[in-house]
Amino acid sequence: MGADMSPSLVTLRAVSKTFQTGTRALDNLNLDVRPGEFLTLLGPSGCGKSTALRIIAGLMAPMSGQVEWGCVKPELGFVFQDPTLMPWASVEDNIWLPLRLRGQSKAQARKRIDEALALVGLSRFGGAFPRELSGGMKMRVSIARALVTRPAILLLDEPFAALDEITRFRLNDDLLALQKELAATIVFVTHSVFESVYLSSRICVFTNRPGRVTQEIVVDAPTRDSDFRASALFGQTCQQASAALERAYGLEGAI
Amino acid sequence: MKRLIEKLAPWLLFAAAIGAWEITVRVREIAPYILPAPSVIAATAISDWPLLWAALLVTLRTTFLALLMASFGGLALALLFARWRWVERSLFPFAVVLQVTPIIAIAPLLLVYLETDAAVLTCAFIVAFFPVLSNSVLGLRSVDRNLVELYELYGASRWQQLRLLRLPAALPYFLGGLRIGGGLALIGAIVAEIAAGSAGKGAGLAFRIIEAAYRLNVPRMFAALALISLTGIAIYVTFSLVSRLLLARWHESEI
Ligand SMILES: Nc1ncnc2c1ncn2[C@@H]1O[C@H](COP(=O)(O)OP(=O)(O)O)[C@@H](O)[C@H]1O
Ligand SMILES: [Mg+2]
Repeated sequence: MGADMSPSLVTLRAVSKTFQTGTRALDNLNLDVRPGEFLTLLGPSGCGKSTALRIIAGLMAPMSGQVEWGCVKPELGFVFQDPTLMPWASVEDNIWLPLRLRGQSKAQARKRIDEALALVGLSRFGGAFPRELSGGMKMRVSIARALVTRPAILLLDEPFAALDEITRFRLNDDLLALQKELAATIVFVTHSVFESVYLSSRICVFTNRPGRVTQEIVVDAPTRDSDFRASALFGQTCQQASAALERAYGLEGAI
Repeated sequence: MKRLIEKLAPWLLFAAAIGAWEITVRVREIAPYILPAPSVIAATAISDWPLLWAALLVTLRTTFLALLMASFGGLALALLFARWRWVERSLFPFAVVLQVTPIIAIAPLLLVYLETDAAVLTCAFIVAFFPVLSNSVLGLRSVDRNLVELYELYGASRWQQLRLLRLPAALPYFLGGLRIGGGLALIGAIVAEIAAGSAGKGAGLAFRIIEAAYRLNVPRMFAALALISLTGIAIYVTFSLVSRLLLARWHESEI
């Protein structure tokens, strides 16, 4: 529990959210995100993972409870489940957007745009339009756009859920490499046990109705590669996470 | 070879229809004041060209002026509608009433209140206005929710959101409205000219048709009619081309 001592980057304290429709998406959620970690929110769909992420991002206010940032709110990047690109703008212009909205001309943003493109391996595709790219490439553009402001914390909401397995594995590895290179903190949402164990340093398992964290799993593995996927630790952790997820579904022993 | 035939088929059919018309008229010796042959119509169009050309210019001027007003007016009102729901709720009924009341029934009333030119222009404007308005509202409303959130995340101003997000997203819809509105503006202009039925300096194509009918100059009626059709086609083709030019690289409708 030594890691718990490090000051957290952001803390959610007793956060609750009820929508106008009466759906209680989050109930008394306590969550802290520590600097440099890869935190995954794992849970059945509809349990409030996206809501939690959007509250962290400030896209939505909690009904009660607090969101406390360590010192000042750091630069933040957000990646949606869909690539969410502007179809009328080239890849470059899509990546330029966050800086453009802050008043930077394209010339001023040039260096950052090229950097972000290189980070996701799309240097040759700056002039392409989203329609001309594959699903995986569009997701990379979306990640590059989130990276262009050099965020200290990157929030990803099931970014690879719609992609095929091979592409997903590749993007998983790329994401890990990116984190290493940028020393960013990542909060990642998924409903895939394998993906969560492979990527995370810590997993928070969410439960349905009311949405909150039921279990925390620390994944203590220094390297993430195909060896890790084949290791006993990976298998054990997956079982542990599956069991927690099944309890969250209220279907223990089933599936 | 098959592709060639498929490509040429519409043109061949058209030529065949004209040819059949020509032959029928000649073989059965139908008088020109009952049904003129295409060749006679063409000859009339050439000999009456100064008269028809001047009339065409008048009608075209009305059509494009009305369309211009409808574009700006429709888009401006759509922006208000998209911004404030209550504006839409209060004004949309008026737009619908104007839309569903046949223009031929409104025209005489307008002619009572307005100068002929202004009344004709107003009629053309009224019919062109609605498709531009309703399409633009639809377009402004169909912006990707996630993109709106992304803009909010990066602190975009309302103006930035409008200029960089809502207007480009609405462009395909707006152009669709313009394409429909273009055809309708011509119809509105013709209808109002017929209702006005007066000569004077500003006699449009429709008036020339009525005038020719009084004089039993059937070939000229056909020539004027052909000009109106060609104008309608030209308007449609022009807007289709503009649409293709602007949307070619990104919108599904122009792939
Ligand atoms: N804008 C909204 N209005 C009403 N209900 C919502 C809204 N967003 C989410 N919900 C509901 O809140 C619950 C949690 O949603 P969400 O956070 O998207 O779950 P997850 O991302 O874990 O699938 C779901 O039952 C969902 O239907
Ligand atoms: Mg979700």
